[in-house]
Amino acid sequence: MYKKPLIDLQNGKLSITFSGELTLNTIAKIEKEMEIVKTYSFSQLQLDFYSLDFLDTAGALFIYDLKKYFTQKEIEVNILLEDETQQSTLVLVEKNMKNTHKFVPKKQKSFLEQTGELFYSYVIGLISFLEFFGKLFASNLRYMISLKNIRFKEIAFEINESAIRALGIIALTSFLIGLVVAYQSAYQLKIYGANIFIVDMLGISIFRELAPLITAIVIAGRSGSAYAAQIGAMKITQELDAMKTMGFEPFAFLVLPRIIALVIMMPILIFVADMMAMLGGMIVANIDLNISSSLFIDRFMEVVAAKHFFVGIVKGPFFAFLIASIGIYRGLMVKDDTQSIGFNTTKSVVESIFAVIICDAIFSIAFTNLGI
Amino acid sequence: MELIKVRNVRTVFGEKIIHDGLNLTINEGEIYGLLGPSGCGKTTLLREMVLLQEFTSGSIELLGKKLENISEKDAQSLRYQWGVLFQFGALFSSLTLKENVALPLVEYTGLSRKMIDEIVRFKINLVGLKAEDANLYPSEISGGMRKKAGLARALAMDPKLLFLDEPTSGLDPISAREFDTLILKLREMLGLTIVMVSHDLQSIYDTLDKVAIIDNKKIVYEGTLKEVTNVKSDFIESFFGKMK
Repeated sequence: MYKKPLIDLQNGKLSITFSGELTLNTIAKIEKEMEIVKTYSFSQLQLDFYSLDFLDTAGALFIYDLKKYFTQKEIEVNILLEDETQQSTLVLVEKNMKNTHKFVPKKQKSFLEQTGELFYSYVIGLISFLEFFGKLFASNLRYMISLKNIRFKEIAFEINESAIRALGIIALTSFLIGLVVAYQSAYQLKIYGANIFIVDMLGISIFRELAPLITAIVIAGRSGSAYAAQIGAMKITQELDAMKTMGFEPFAFLVLPRIIALVIMMPILIFVADMMAMLGGMIVANIDLNISSSLFIDRFMEVVAAKHFFVGIVKGPFFAFLIASIGIYRGLMVKDDTQSIGFNTTKSVVESIFAVIICDAIFSIAFTNLGI
Repeated sequence: MELIKVRNVRTVFGEKIIHDGLNLTINEGEIYGLLGPSGCGKTTLLREMVLLQEFTSGSIELLGKKLENISEKDAQSLRYQWGVLFQFGALFSSLTLKENVALPLVEYTGLSRKMIDEIVRFKINLVGLKAEDANLYPSEISGGMRKKAGLARALAMDPKLLFLDEPTSGLDPISAREFDTLILKLREMLGLTIVMVSHDLQSIYDTLDKVAIIDNKKIVYEGTLKEVTNVKSDFIESFFGKMK
């Protein structure tokens, strides 16, 4: 219960009598009263707590602060407190407050310092990624020397897990992409009466660019992120440490099988994507542009060279390597807290899609310059 | 025989000094405890001994091999000779208990399936797990069982050395005492040398032969438990004081 403190000022001596409870719930109001008191002028202060029913640590802290404030202003403070428990609360607070130091706020870093640190962390990140590649290469050498070391069982498991199970979604996505691209271009081609050229357009764009990219993006989102999360979780539960102490090199058991599985399967997935996207395009050509499927296939055989198909397929293993290694690298970067799993999983998807697009751009330039 | 010799080990993380010249010696057949306040680097030292972490300078010699410049081949041979129990078991979550224990045997030995099954059954029984639990996955069992299974896996290859990281933390007092008896029994039966990090006073008094106490980046005491209270250290006074 809050009871208003009685304030009495006589000949430079101020006495405040507290009654009721002095707790977390009441000091807010009392604090306001004290603000007014602080404007008074007096040379002696008497705080009377004789009729106080209850005092908690917040209340005691309030008394402590009050005393400190007025003592600093060179006003003599006299505390009248009788109850033993209340006294011990006050003593406890006083003792603890003397030992604490004010929290030092973190120093704000200057813009230059921040930029430097950011840049430095990028450099360190790049170096650690290169270190990962180096290790990957070294363990590749060590384990690929003999067939016996290759873990076929794990590779087969990963092929099923990260590629075969992704077939459905890849087939559907690429079918829809084929459909949409054909539908959009059909309208434009009709204007020029160039209906038949839809075959050239679809064949080249899908085989060379669209199918590999769509497949890579789906796999990055589906399997790359799964790698990062799985390996990250294994790191948190110390499974990776356990493997190391048992002499199972995580690179041989976890990393290589995943990379090899994706490298093997990516071209096959791209092939499926090619076929499904062309099927989508063919259906639209049939309905929208009246190109029968036999005409479509005839024209296709005539104008779309096999090289376009191979250009797309060749990109597969490179994309697969990037996706798998970035996913796993991000998994290994997970620190000992659950938040960093989410952070690194997100990063793995963003970085691997970015890496795939960069890689694709390099391929485009290279193939164009080579005249393929 | 001296199995582990730690000499002048210094560990620095960034700007933080964790160990500043540690020296200790662990003899064959001992149950050796690493004690100290939290954050003093006990677990870090244990991790350095099992090659999970590198130290900045100094030398650790384990079973006659110096860890600071060990070759991959020697490291691998050490790994066959020790067993490590992690604080939370660190069982492989994709494998059942049985498969977890069998894994090192399957990978490293040419034993027949039947023989491996037999060994796994023995080890699982030895640590006090029931045979019907063997087909459960780590997510389906309690923390205490996970630790026991982790111990069974650590023992799978019949190691000479056993590293235990807080073996009784998180166990109820009854299981914790069972674990202590189990460790003593194992030492007697298999002649193991055991290095453990522990906070559990009862377990420390019941099992340890020798302790090293790390405080303020250094070893403040190494020796038997009897004389530990003679040493002046805040940690020792507050930790062992009550037991006097």
